[in-house]
Amino acid sequence: MHRFIIVRLSQAIITLLVLSVAVFLSVHLTGDPAAFLLGPDGGQTEYEQLKKNLGLDKPLPVQYAVFLGSAVQGDFGKSHTMGRSARDLLVERIPATLELAGVAFVLTIIFGVPLGILSAVKRNSIYDQVGKFFAVAGIAAPSFWIAIMLILLFGGILGWLPTHGRGGIEHYILPAFVLSWASMAGVMRLTRSSMLEVLDSEYVKFARIKGLSEKMVIYKHALKNAVIPVLTFSGLTLAGLLNGSVVVEVVFAWPGIGRLMLQGISQRDFPVVQATVLAAGFFYICTTLLVDILYAYVNPRIRYE
Amino acid sequence: MASLNVATGRIDRLLAIPKQARQARLPWIPIIIMGILLICAGFAPLLAPHDPIGINMLDAKLAPGENLVYPLGTDILGRDMLSRLIYGAQTAVFISLVALGTGAFVGTTLGLIAGIKDGWVDIFISRAADAALGFPTILVAMIVVTILGAGIENIILAVALTVWARFARMIRGEVLSIRELDFVTAARIAGVSTPMILLRHIFPNTINTLMVVTSLSVGQVILLEASLSFLGLGLSPGHPAWGIMVSEGRSGILDVWWLALLPGLAITAVVLAFNFFGDWMRDILDPKMRRA
Repeated sequence: MHRFIIVRLSQAIITLLVLSVAVFLSVHLTGDPAAFLLGPDGGQTEYEQLKKNLGLDKPLPVQYAVFLGSAVQGDFGKSHTMGRSARDLLVERIPATLELAGVAFVLTIIFGVPLGILSAVKRNSIYDQVGKFFAVAGIAAPSFWIAIMLILLFGGILGWLPTHGRGGIEHYILPAFVLSWASMAGVMRLTRSSMLEVLDSEYVKFARIKGLSEKMVIYKHALKNAVIPVLTFSGLTLAGLLNGSVVVEVVFAWPGIGRLMLQGISQRDFPVVQATVLAAGFFYICTTLLVDILYAYVNPRIRYE
Repeated sequence: MASLNVATGRIDRLLAIPKQARQARLPWIPIIIMGILLICAGFAPLLAPHDPIGINMLDAKLAPGENLVYPLGTDILGRDMLSRLIYGAQTAVFISLVALGTGAFVGTTLGLIAGIKDGWVDIFISRAADAALGFPTILVAMIVVTILGAGIENIILAVALTVWARFARMIRGEVLSIRELDFVTAARIAGVSTPMILLRHIFPNTINTLMVVTSLSVGQVILLEASLSFLGLGLSPGHPAWGIMVSEGRSGILDVWWLALLPGLAITAVVLAFNFFGDWMRDILDPKMRRA
């Protein structure tokens, strides 16, 4: 177990380091930051001075070390376009993204798991067919398009729900639903297949032969074993939701990290891009790490050799 | 004699595909949708009734069916929706074909190498594939676009970077089991070099897997390309690409609803078709993957 945690942890750290190198290089490969900051009117002496101030006259590995050192402290410099430090912008936006991902995660579980069970228990019934359609559509339809169509329907035609920004509970309904649809579809399909497999196993047949009611068989015996793979998948879903929110945040004008990231990219605002990409990658890597360790704890058969 | 039987077993397996395919019901609706997509992509200049980027303010904002010269209506600049959708098919097919082709080629090559070579080469390729699979695709694409800037070749690179790992992983697994078979040993005893064994003897046996992984990936690649175009990270605005068309229709959604509706329907239909077709291919070619 300890060995597994150490191997998995070092993997996560290596991935983070690779990400930080990519982010660090993103500034250097896209042009000279000093020239970019100075603009076209700067003279040669000013240019040299700025380069020295920014530490750009040192060799690349040294610059990377400095970058990494300040990145660990959350210091990415000042945003070129918003006049504030990238860290402040990031800290301000994190709660919005976490909230949205959290609500979407709850929706995924409370709808995905029961609907998956229903599909499996009443196999080939109308519930199963509708569930299958819902799952297939959720995976095939682009989320940005679903978002816009729902805005048209519930915001425009019916006028029932707000369509942009953060606010009361009603503001969460549309974005969280769009964000969770694909993962809900995944959880549904997995619950269904896992439940079908368990319902076919010997011990469930035995429970039936014993004369237990169908309800008892399903909820007391089958369900417990059927949800184990779903739990693992759910953890990975949460990690995906945290980052899948870029598109949803953009469509619903949600003030989160994803939207900030896209703003940074389109305006070539490097401190903002570096801060948001590293933060998103950090969340993702940490969540998958936690899920893997928890899973290995629950299921001792899964170990790295 | 024994090794000969194993070697011909490979041919039997290839010949067995059409037999199984004949028994299974063909997924006609997906095949028709895919056919329409490919015809639109291949013959866009012949099929499109109008210029997809020709601005004509006099005929702007026509709803579908309002004027039969423009059967699917026009956008806010008076560009014909039908023509833009047809050219959008071309864009989608081109980008996914090149990106998926690149990803499949690189992934398969690395998978073959990782499968036959032990030691650090295998470890390095496998770990790189794990890392690539473990990262959200949009984030990877955004890093690529930040480093290299927006543009069609960078979209292709971003998509290829996210798909190669699936090929590498699947092909590596296949090679690991195939290389233990008798006909490979026989070839080795006959003095065939390792690259030749990989190319002539092992690679042909991975083609089934390759086809299944490819057909299961097309839908995702089209979706990813559309999402990147929608976010403005790919082609320049105004270009006939479905993702861009949805994005252009977004601001006037209450007024000119068909601008976002139609390209989105096109994306959904095409992705559905490829997903169903991929599932069907997997059931036919690789029944052991059915549960995966």
